[in-house]
Amino acid sequence: MRAIFGWGARLSAMLNENKGGPWGPSGGDGGDGDGDGKGPRSPWGQPPRRRRPGGGTPSNIASLEDFLKKSRDRFGGGLPGSDGRPYWLYGLGVFLLLWLVFTSFHQVGAQDKGVVTLFGAYSRTVGPGINLTLPYPLEDLQHVNMQTRTLPIGSAGARDDDLVLTRDRNIIDVTYTVRWMVRDPQLYLYNLENPDDAIREVAKSAMRAVVANVSLNDAIGPGRGDIEARVALGMQQILDRYGAGVHIDGVAIKQSDPPAAVNEAFKKVTAALQDAQSDRNNAQAYAQQVIARAQGDAAAFDQIYAQYKLAPEVTRRRLYYETMEKVLSKVDKTIVESPGVTPYLPLPALRKRAQAQPQEGAAR
Amino acid sequence: MNPALRNPIAIAFAAILLLILAGATFANVPETKQAVIVRFGQPQRVVNQYRPGQELGHTGAGLIARWPFLEQIRWIDKRILSMEMERQQVLSTDQLRLQVDAFARFRIVDPLRMYTTVKTEQALTDQLRPILGSALRNELGKRHFAELLSPERGQLMNNIRLALNRAAQQYGAEIVDVRIKQADLPEGTPLESAYQSMRTAREQEATSIRAQGYKQAQIIRAQADAEAARVYAAAFGKDPEFYDFYRAMQSYRTTFAGEGQAANEQGGGTSIVLSPENDYLREFRGRK
Repeated sequence: MRAIFGWGARLSAMLNENKGGPWGPSGGDGGDGDGDGKGPRSPWGQPPRRRRPGGGTPSNIASLEDFLKKSRDRFGGGLPGSDGRPYWLYGLGVFLLLWLVFTSFHQVGAQDKGVVTLFGAYSRTVGPGINLTLPYPLEDLQHVNMQTRTLPIGSAGARDDDLVLTRDRNIIDVTYTVRWMVRDPQLYLYNLENPDDAIREVAKSAMRAVVANVSLNDAIGPGRGDIEARVALGMQQILDRYGAGVHIDGVAIKQSDPPAAVNEAFKKVTAALQDAQSDRNNAQAYAQQVIARAQGDAAAFDQIYAQYKLAPEVTRRRLYYETMEKVLSKVDKTIVESPGVTPYLPLPALRKRAQAQPQEGAAR
Repeated sequence: MNPALRNPIAIAFAAILLLILAGATFANVPETKQAVIVRFGQPQRVVNQYRPGQELGHTGAGLIARWPFLEQIRWIDKRILSMEMERQQVLSTDQLRLQVDAFARFRIVDPLRMYTTVKTEQALTDQLRPILGSALRNELGKRHFAELLSPERGQLMNNIRLALNRAAQQYGAEIVDVRIKQADLPEGTPLESAYQSMRTAREQEATSIRAQGYKQAQIIRAQADAEAARVYAAAFGKDPEFYDFYRAMQSYRTTFAGEGQAANEQGGGTSIVLSPENDYLREFRGRK
C-alpha cells in the first residue's frame, strides 16, 4: 500500500519537475500525491507500457513523434537527439536519474528517526538530517516519531469501563494519561502487531492490578503518587517483556473519585469533617475567653491585694465605703431610726416608683 | 544502429515479460512476516521463521527467490499478536461473581504447523479464544474473591498462561502473556450492594467524625475551665478572707449598682431599708 502511494508521489513529483525542464531545480520533496492529474502530461512521466494497447498503429507513432518534436523544441535542440538516438531512451534515462535522486535521499525530521530496510530486512536506524540510502526497490526508509506522546484513558463521565475495584472491594472511577515515547524504533515497528493498542491495554491492566492492592482511601487520596509510579513501572516491565521498544515516561492520574452513584455519601463525610472542625473552633474560642478572663481577674486581684497588704485596715475601709457610696447613691434608701417602732412602709408608693422606672427606661 | 532500439514496442514488451517473471521469482520478506513457500498446496519451507533471541538485521528477512508460478508464498505474521477475550463471568469459591475482561498476546513460532492446522491468523484466534475463556474460568473458579482482585500476586496468571500455551502449541503458536484488563462486579444486585456498602461505610465515617469533633470540643472546654480554676485558686488562695471581702464588694456593685451590666435600668429599682445599726451608718449616728 505504502509502496504504491510512494510511487504515485514520486511520479507526480517528476511530472511537476518536467514542467520546468528535466534538470529543473528540485524544490525538495514536491510530491504530495495529488499532482497526478494536473499539469501537462509529458512523455517521460509515462511508463512505456502505456503505449502498448495501440502499439504499432501509425496514428500512435505520429503522436509519439509529435511529442518528441515538441520536447525537442522545448529543450532548445542543443541537448540529446542530435546523434539520432530515439528520444524515449533519454526520457527513460532522466526518469531513472530522478528516481535515483528521489528514492536515495531522505530527509529525517528533528523529532524523527528513520529505519532503513534492505529488501525488507532491517539494515540500520538513522538519525535526523539528510540520509543517503540505496534507491527504492533495494532500500526503503520508514519514519518513526520519537517525541513523547500522551494517551488519555478513561473519561470524565462515569462509564462502566473506567471503574476499578480496590482491595477493600470499593469501586473508584479513574481517569489518567500515559506519557510514552519510542525508545527503539526498529523494535517498535517490528515486534508488536499494534503497539499503540498494546500500550492502552497494558496500561489498563497495570492500573487495575495496582489499584486492586490499595485501599479506597489511598486510591482517592494520599496514595495517588505511589499508584502512578507503580503503574508506570509495571507497564514498563510488561512492555519490555514484549520487546515493544517503548519507554513509559510516566502516568498521571487526572482524577480518581468514587463513582457518581455514591458521591452523595462521600459529600456527607466532607460535611462531617467541616462540622467537627467548627465544633473544635468554637471550643477553642471559648477556652481562650475563659482563660483570659481568669487571668485578668487574677491579675486585678493581685494588684489590689499587694496594696491591701501594705495597709490592710485602711484599704479595707476605703473599699467598703467606695462600694457603699456607689451602691447607695443609686438606690432608694429608707432609714428607720428607732429600733423600738414598727416601721410603716408605704409599699404602694414604692411599687409605683418601681413601675414608673421601666417605662422611663423604655422611653429612653 | 541496433535494430532493437528502433522497435521500442518490442523492447517494452520484453521488459514487461521480464518484470512479471522477476516478480514471480523474487520477493521481499519483511521483518514483520514469516513466509511459508507452498508448492501445489504443499508447504515446502519457511523463510524468516521466528527464533528466540534473534537480532534484527540477522533474521531471515530479505530478498528470496522461488520457482515462478510453481511456488506461492503464504504470509504469516511474525509479530506478537493480540487476542481479546469476550467478557467472562467467573464465580469464586465463596460464591461471589466477577466479570473479567482478559487479553492474551501470542506469537506464531511454527508457521508450518500453523499453516497446516488453521491456515490463517484469524482462524487461530478463533480457536484459542474459547480455550482462554475456559482456562480463565477454571483457574479463577478455584479461588476466593479476594484473590481474584489481584490475580497477579500468585501463580494464577501463570497457570492460565500455561494451560493456554498447551493448546496453542498444537497450532504452532506460543502464548507470551495473559493479562486481566478489567474486573468488574456484575450489573444489578452485586454492583448495587457494593455501592450500598460504600454508602453505609461513608455514613458511619461521617458519624464517627462528628462524634470525635464533639469529644475534642468538650475536652478543650473542660481543660479551659480547669485552667481558669487553677488561675483563680492560685491568686485568691493567698488570702481567702480578703478575697471574700473583695468579691463581696464586687458583687454588691454588680447586683445593686448595676455596674458591669450594659445600660441596664440603673439600680434595678432596688429599695434599701437601712437600720441605723448598719455599719455604714455608724458615723451617721454621731456616737463614738
